[in-house]
Amino acid sequence: MNAIAFALRSFGRELRSGEVMVLLAAIALAVGVLTAVGFLTDRIGKAVARQANEVLAADLRLRSQVPIPDTWRTTAEEYGLQTAETQTFPSVVFAGDLSALATIKAVSDNYPLRGAVRISDTLFGEQRVVEGVPRRGEVWADGALLARIDADVGDEIMVGGSDMLVSAVLTYRPDQSIGFASLAPSLLVNIADIPATGLIGEGSRVGYALLVAGDDAAISGFNEAIQDQLPDSVRASNREESSERAYNAADRAQRFLSLTAVISLLLSAVAVAMSARRFAHRRMDTVALMKSLGATQGFVITVAVLQLMMIGVLGVIAGSSIGFAAEEVLSWILSDIIAADLPDSGPMPVILASGSALVLLVGFALPALLQLRNTPPLRVLRHDMMPPAPSRLLVTGLSLAAVAALLYRSVGDARMLVILLGGIIVIAAALYLVGRGLVALMGRFRSGVGVAWRYGLANVARRGRSSAVQVVAFGLGLTVLLLLTIVRTDLLEGWRKTIDEDAPNHFMINIQPHELDSVAAIFDTAGVATPEFVPLVRARMSTINGESVKTRSYPDPGGSWLANREANLSWTATLSASNEIVAGEWWPADYAGPPLASIEEEAASDTGLAIGDRIVFVIAGRELEVTIASMRSINWDSFKPNFFIVLSPGALDDMPMTYISSMRLEEEQQSMLINLVRTHPSISVIDIDAILQQIRGIIEKASLAVQAVFVFTLAAGVAVLFAAVQSTIDERRFESALLRALGARKRTVFAGVMAEFAVLGIAAGLLASAGASILAAIVAVQLFELPYEFNPLLWLAGLVAGVLLVCVSGFVAARGAINASPIEVLRTA
Amino acid sequence: MSTVGASAPSVIAVTNKKTKVRYRRMENQSPDKAAVLEAHGISKQVSSPEGSLTILSDVSFRICAGESVAVVGPSGAGKSTLLALLAGLDLPTMGHVTLKGANLGELDEDGRARLRADNVGFVFQSFHLVPSLNALENVMLPLELAGAANAREVSHTIIDKVGLSERWRHYPAQLSGGEKQRVAIARAFATEPAVLFADEPTGNLDARTGANIMDLMFELNRTSSTTLILVTHNALLAERCNRILSLDAGLLVSDRAVAA
Ligand SMILES: Nc1ncnc2c1ncn2[C@@H]1O[C@H](COP(=O)(O)OP(=O)(O)O)[C@@H](O)[C@H]1O
Ligand SMILES: [Mg+2]
Repeated sequence: MNAIAFALRSFGRELRSGEVMVLLAAIALAVGVLTAVGFLTDRIGKAVARQANEVLAADLRLRSQVPIPDTWRTTAEEYGLQTAETQTFPSVVFAGDLSALATIKAVSDNYPLRGAVRISDTLFGEQRVVEGVPRRGEVWADGALLARIDADVGDEIMVGGSDMLVSAVLTYRPDQSIGFASLAPSLLVNIADIPATGLIGEGSRVGYALLVAGDDAAISGFNEAIQDQLPDSVRASNREESSERAYNAADRAQRFLSLTAVISLLLSAVAVAMSARRFAHRRMDTVALMKSLGATQGFVITVAVLQLMMIGVLGVIAGSSIGFAAEEVLSWILSDIIAADLPDSGPMPVILASGSALVLLVGFALPALLQLRNTPPLRVLRHDMMPPAPSRLLVTGLSLAAVAALLYRSVGDARMLVILLGGIIVIAAALYLVGRGLVALMGRFRSGVGVAWRYGLANVARRGRSSAVQVVAFGLGLTVLLLLTIVRTDLLEGWRKTIDEDAPNHFMINIQPHELDSVAAIFDTAGVATPEFVPLVRARMSTINGESVKTRSYPDPGGSWLANREANLSWTATLSASNEIVAGEWWPADYAGPPLASIEEEAASDTGLAIGDRIVFVIAGRELEVTIASMRSINWDSFKPNFFIVLSPGALDDMPMTYISSMRLEEEQQSMLINLVRTHPSISVIDIDAILQQIRGIIEKASLAVQAVFVFTLAAGVAVLFAAVQSTIDERRFESALLRALGARKRTVFAGVMAEFAVLGIAAGLLASAGASILAAIVAVQLFELPYEFNPLLWLAGLVAGVLLVCVSGFVAARGAINASPIEVLRTA
Repeated sequence: MSTVGASAPSVIAVTNKKTKVRYRRMENQSPDKAAVLEAHGISKQVSSPEGSLTILSDVSFRICAGESVAVVGPSGAGKSTLLALLAGLDLPTMGHVTLKGANLGELDEDGRARLRADNVGFVFQSFHLVPSLNALENVMLPLELAGAANAREVSHTIIDKVGLSERWRHYPAQLSGGEKQRVAIARAFATEPAVLFADEPTGNLDARTGANIMDLMFELNRTSSTTLILVTHNALLAERCNRILSLDAGLLVSDRAVAA
């Protein structure tokens, strides 16, 4: 007979058996988590790839903090290259009395030289590729920006001193930054409109860029020719360079996600192995019968493998549906972080996930099935005849190979694989020991409890190995869920609390010296106390103790960055309240000697600076030597203007300077900003509350997404529990029947079984609470720089969640056994 | 030796004082009738924690086509073991079995399975239906394993014969013990096997159902050319066969024909 026909025929009924359902669920989960994570990583990868190709909107980009000299453009044109110019800067835009910070992107006619801008005519409308740039007097605004100021296409918005018509929704520009796009959504403006807005004044922070595109030879020719003309402050970036960083970041994110998936995958593998063993065991009688009726070994094994494959196919179908659904949820959660308009991932994630399911089946289910082949036909007459157990070597070999194959996909390099595999084995062994320890600990309470609990505890102890696995499975899933909940609530909240109630919520930057009086007047009229104006001078470090900052070595890479970037300097006579001297001495209020400097302590240690060191700054072409006199610690959470380096009074006299300021504006006072920006378009007002809220939102969403992935881990834990219960279900049935036959009431039997699961749940909850507390403490101290506060609620939550989760799934899994009738004692045994 | 009744038309030679019965050609069987099953001095030893254990020792006989043979003896006598060896489910530690002229010892497991597919049927004490197949599909199973073309029609016919025409769609879990055994009998006869082995087929049934089942079996046996090997400890049942082999403690203690 045809093995396929037989496999198909009996499959319908086999599907109803518990172990097949568990097998199916475990595979569906594995495929689901892999598909979901696959979609996500694909999305991140695509976003990065697109970014990499288009991030410059050109082949070469020259960036400068001062306007681009015409000669650069003419040189490019001599090489037959296309050019375009952009100016990028933050500014607050208004519609009615609503305002929001935007990234103003002013572009010239040819923009973009590479990639294409996409717009839509209505919010959430169909997007289309567009040629050209906004007409004079018109802007294309990011949907998020429009939402924030409650404006729509066709409305007028105020950009600096000009009113402009929103003529389209900007859905994509090639050079938008990856991620965090919502922090300051873009406003695309015709570069010819910028002078009229008055947004760019003396000392304004504007990124000027010359975009260049053409054939490779011309590009490199131009690049060489232009190098001599470029001042130090100009950065030329080509595609490779600019994409590298994005790739690295994306690569890390992708690996992290894949590894998260691996945890669920390993748990699914445990469930697969457990239920496959039972699957094989349950089929032994049928196999022996088939053999007695004349079926060959080949037939028997073909049927078993075919049915396994069918389970696999069903699992893949179910799993990819779960995956698709999860992907929808995840991309909805992350829509602000990852652009939502990326092309579909296509079937690749599903194909890869199915491949992994196959590996999982081969590695963890096949050994048990292969054993069926050797079932002695004599079993039809002697029920105790068993096939020889599959060799340990085969079982461990195959499963290790499967894990390695699955891991290889997420780490993609052999050395990492070995490290990781070793790590996983060590961690798994350690966790297993912890699980056993917890199980043993629970057992110590055995003598002090009633009959139901004793029965439950005895069962947990008797099935020590599988109990420990279940404790670890649930414990791990709960740990991460708890941890991320803490991050999203306690830690973010705690961080917010460290910010003073009266802390400033607005920054003003770019205030010109001649504007100080008129700005103060606006505050006066509005009845708001005029804030303090802090001077700011832009400078570049040139030497430290006579050595060039370029050649100097730094204790920390951050130090090099700090020394080489453009620095903001300020001067003050009195130490700000948010600062504290930690070394050296603050200068007297009436100090008038040679220029001194006070440096922030971390900046000092990163750059390797000490008191008495001499730094030469270049400010607008003039050199200024300062000596470090003190070190300060800064409370950045004060949200007051603060500087890494502050100079003594008089040091910056005659230097070109602007002023910055911070203030607290209550809701009803904020309308004064409209007046302020209208009359002083070049001043940028930044709403800190809004930015903090957005950062908070991003952290919340990212952790929510990771939590979503860990829901799969919990589900895999449930699958392990089901598999474990399934593999003992006959034993359990018999025990319940026996207990009932001995006179136990149904309630007592029920209580005994539930006590067993409660014990597992308590152990898992303990593991999770402990794990989450430790990790939360690390995250709090390292990431949020907050003192960690012990939270007893966390332990309560862990225990309750553990007990509920395990008891509910345990009840569902074991209800058949609980309801066993006492007559069964007579039937079996 | 009480088991060798006076009514036996043939002489069983008692070859030693341990009452070991040696194979002799039976006089009530015509020599031209082909032997379907022959046991040539088969023994079975198993190793147990207490050392080697002999379950069956030096058993020989020859069974011809169309015979119905009862294997009787107390529990633990080795009846099931003998059956397993005859059907090639297991191999003897000494001696050999020929089924339809083929020496089972010379075939590998798959070879023996193929031989069974073509020539052997089984009825077991605990029915052994495939739980995931319905009654009809269970009956079709050996037909299909043997590669029969019209498995479905044949199975329907025989299911009618065992009186389950209304129940063919039902799964084993939905059938009573007697009904299950009927399905098993239908399955056993479906391939019209040369030899049908039945190991205590009524052991799990009540007396009435058991009697009905046996009526059905003998009925089917009469209308086919199948050789029946029936293991039972029910003396009345044994008397319904043409020949009775008695086992005790692994020894064949008597082999007698039953008067018609
Ligand atoms: N594989 C084996 N291992 C150990 N003992 C066995 C084995 N097979 C059969 N026996 C023993 O041999 C004896 C005969 O068994 P069996 O043939 O089943 O007897 P019967 O069917 O006559 O009741 C029994 O005592 C049984 O326990
Ligand atoms: Mg027996």
